Amino acid sequence: MRRNYILIFIIVIILVYLGNLAKGLNPYFYQLLVFWGINSILALSLNLINGFAGQFSIGHAGFMAVGGYFSSALSVYQGEKIISLLNFLPLSVAQEIVFFVFLILGGLISAILGLIVGIPTLRLKGDYLAIATLGFSEIVRVAILNLDVVGGPRGFPGIPQRTNLSWVILWFIICLLLIRNLINSSHGRAIISIREDEIASETMGINTTFYKVLAFVIGAFFAGIAGGLFAHYLMMLHPSSFTFFRSVEILLMIVLGGMGSITGSILGAFMLTILPEALRGFTYLRLIIYSIILIGIMLLRPQGIMGGKEFSFSIFRKIYTRVNKNENIGSK
Amino acid sequence: MENIVQQIINGISLGSIYALIALGYTMVYGILRLINFAHGDIYMMGAFLGYFALSFWNFSFPMGLLFAMGGAAVLGIIIERFAYRPLRLAPRISLLITAIGVSFLLENLMVLWLGASPRPFPQKIPLEIYFIGNIVITNRQIIIILVSIILMFLLQFIVLKTKVGKAMRAVSYDKETALMMGIDIDRIIALTFAIGSSLAAAAGVLVGLYFNKIDPYMGIMPGLKAFVAAVLGGIGIIPGAMLGGFILGIAEVLVSAFISSTVRDAVAFIILIFILLIRPSGILGKYMREKV
Amino acid sequence: MQKSFKILLILSILFSLLIFPLQAAAPIKIGAIFPITGPIATFGISSANGVKMAFEEVNAKGGVLGSKIELILEDDQYKAEEVANAAKKLIERDKVVAIIGEVASSMSLVLAPICQASKIVMITPTSTNPRVTLVGDYIFRACFIDDFQGTVMANFVYKTLKLKTSAMLVAVTSDYSKGLAQFYKEAYTKLGGKIVAEESYSEGDSDFRAQLTKIKAAKPDFVYLPGYYSDIGPILLQARELGITVPFGGGDGWDSPKLIETAGKAAEGCYFSNHYSPESQDSKVQTFVRDYKKKFGETPDALAALSYDAAMLLVEAIKRARSAEPSKIRDALMSFTKDKPFRGVTGTIYFDQNRNPVKSAVIIEIKGGKQVYRATVRP
Repeated sequence: MRRNYILIFIIVIILVYLGNLAKGLNPYFYQLLVFWGINSILALSLNLINGFAGQFSIGHAGFMAVGGYFSSALSVYQGEKIISLLNFLPLSVAQEIVFFVFLILGGLISAILGLIVGIPTLRLKGDYLAIATLGFSEIVRVAILNLDVVGGPRGFPGIPQRTNLSWVILWFIICLLLIRNLINSSHGRAIISIREDEIASETMGINTTFYKVLAFVIGAFFAGIAGGLFAHYLMMLHPSSFTFFRSVEILLMIVLGGMGSITGSILGAFMLTILPEALRGFTYLRLIIYSIILIGIMLLRPQGIMGGKEFSFSIFRKIYTRVNKNENIGSK
Repeated sequence: MENIVQQIINGISLGSIYALIALGYTMVYGILRLINFAHGDIYMMGAFLGYFALSFWNFSFPMGLLFAMGGAAVLGIIIERFAYRPLRLAPRISLLITAIGVSFLLENLMVLWLGASPRPFPQKIPLEIYFIGNIVITNRQIIIILVSIILMFLLQFIVLKTKVGKAMRAVSYDKETALMMGIDIDRIIALTFAIGSSLAAAAGVLVGLYFNKIDPYMGIMPGLKAFVAAVLGGIGIIPGAMLGGFILGIAEVLVSAFISSTVRDAVAFIILIFILLIRPSGILGKYMREKV
Repeated sequence: MQKSFKILLILSILFSLLIFPLQAAAPIKIGAIFPITGPIATFGISSANGVKMAFEEVNAKGGVLGSKIELILEDDQYKAEEVANAAKKLIERDKVVAIIGEVASSMSLVLAPICQASKIVMITPTSTNPRVTLVGDYIFRACFIDDFQGTVMANFVYKTLKLKTSAMLVAVTSDYSKGLAQFYKEAYTKLGGKIVAEESYSEGDSDFRAQLTKIKAAKPDFVYLPGYYSDIGPILLQARELGITVPFGGGDGWDSPKLIETAGKAAEGCYFSNHYSPESQDSKVQTFVRDYKKKFGETPDALAALSYDAAMLLVEAIKRARSAEPSKIRDALMSFTKDKPFRGVTGTIYFDQNRNPVKSAVIIEIKGGKQVYRATVRP
């Protein structure tokens, strides 16, 4: 077990180092890698709620916005002050530490909000939950529009650029490992059992409310982290990045990739990062082709590309498949 | 006081439009359990059909309204046939994504074809303003309210009193049993889409008359809000959708008048979450206990 | 076989010799980023049209410095991340020398740091927030900043029209609208006028009756309504419906034929400040309006005119610099002076030290379904 952790640690170091090397890349591809990483975190965290716990949340943009705006507000209004308090450290180190802390604070606020929203609304089933989460994310957006401290409808400029590929990779790995280990633990079994049959798992003595809220809160936390990474990369936040369509986009990633598949989420995030860029040349036709592709994929492969299966390199000799019943996710 | 009465009149006019859109949502949801996100865009298409009928082919207003409703019904059937029917047995989330895809497609096709700029809606009915004391009511507001109420009664009649309506209720209650009773489910579902779409189109034309402005993105927000209205009243229940629409319209206008117009878009969702928490089945809905 | 091969070879050499001198120098690539889909697509499309027309004119006349201009137009859907992607793609993959965009100040604030970091000239046609050009020395704009228009209108309303109370209806989602309103209020109250009501709306709303009912109750002499024409039309109509008869006024966002088209009689007797009057006898304006109508089938709005000028500014600067290198283009842009300004459709332009244009404004009245020139105000 310990050996595993050391191995993971080494892999993390190598990947973060690779992220540093990637600075030599064409900045356009570098940026796409950053967005892919952020989208992967979003997709993984939503997949925990929708794919594994079988709940139906379409309010992820709201959590992303909360985390992004909160950590950015900290950076803009408190960043300088706190960095100067850490003057015994080299400036760049102080900046990175402060950024790390702010990101986590953003994620925590988002998680707390997830808890507040989750406890009452997770009683709702299927579509009702979907609408409640949609409503929540719209309320967040309107609240931001009315908050002048963060620029309201005119956007929030002046956020320092701290996110780079190394940070994104680091957070991606944290998110990946945490969710993977959770799913493979006994808690994970409990979460999946809710998806399969909530009433049955309740009669088996599983505290379904606890596990649903747990999945929801973890999902919200990582959405908040993704928001913070996003904000500190773009240096500017605007409410138009967090509309209902943002939530839909994240939902698309996991549906296209395959609900309840970790590798599927990453693949879906990749597709939805690359597809709009690949279609850039079409200018006026871009979104039309985009929506046709979307409908086409759904008609041809409604269960998503990976279905509920995983694609794994861990054992090179064989590709194992985990059988998941994947029908009727989110419905009852 | 006058101010409040005036705002309530404005609110009822807006609410009757939400109610009309909400009816289509409620019907489709009742029968397919699908949140048809493309419904708001059908409302937009209806407004544009009315626009063409009135401005290029010079139809009279009632004819234009009927034309738009008919056109949208056909559109609704086509969408159901090609985008939703193949997914009848697929996970419901795929159906939802397809609906969103259709919504994107309709919007962007319209932008490509006509541009995104708002267009003035042909003013076929000359404006008349009536004063009651200091309160203003226009003939257009009266038309909107009257037309929507007539349509709602018509719908209620179809659903409750006709054979087709009985079949619709049967399908939404239990598809398999309905099939065994010899009901052609595909036909009933197509019909539901046709009726829902034509009501949305009527709302689109009335909105054009009322706000004098239509554009390809006009369906997004009213679409979402109308769904909220449907949930509010109790989804799947026709009088519920109407009630939800009126409550929402009045609440929005009062909030933008007395609190702030920027909070307005949140009102719908705050009411929604509130109602979901205290009465998840909606105001007129019956709570159904899930059985093992 | 051998023979035919030789003939083929000779022919192909001849052919390539023929082609070679005809082949022009590599095109100069210029990027443009606008929201041509999404909630403010209508402004994005107008702006893109203006830029397209400018470059087509230049190319029809043989281009600049012997090269054609290649326009690479990108859509950003009015989303910050899309702006960033489009900008990186234009700069790193297409290697453009300059970027024209964005419409909204918030999006220009995403674009500007990227252009500045890569030392690529950026001209925003319509972003009025002063912060945009302060990002760095490669960032320019073609429009007024807010203070000028707001002040001009306040003076006109108070001094010329002699109206002593105003209401304001402001689009809170727009930097432009908020900025204009703020300076209007400052100047107007300083002169002795009184703001009796302040209401707000969001761009793209369609029901304004709630706010208008409140404005009506405040009984103002004048309503200041800085915003874009797509909202102004319905607002005016609904205001008249509710029985508000006083004049309304705004800024250059009003400038579009669509305004009179949508508002009809409701717009009669309203005023707005603008860069130019499409009715102006100036030959430059006349040809611009005529060509634009021919190409796109509608009278240009302020956004199209400003984008056209932004594109022409770039072309003129490349000509002056005799080079398409970004640093030289920037220097050339700064070399316009008061005596030797750039003459565009929207007036004469030269840049101050913050790369904001110095240009005069006109006041236009809507009368008999037409825009009628009232006065010119110099900075």
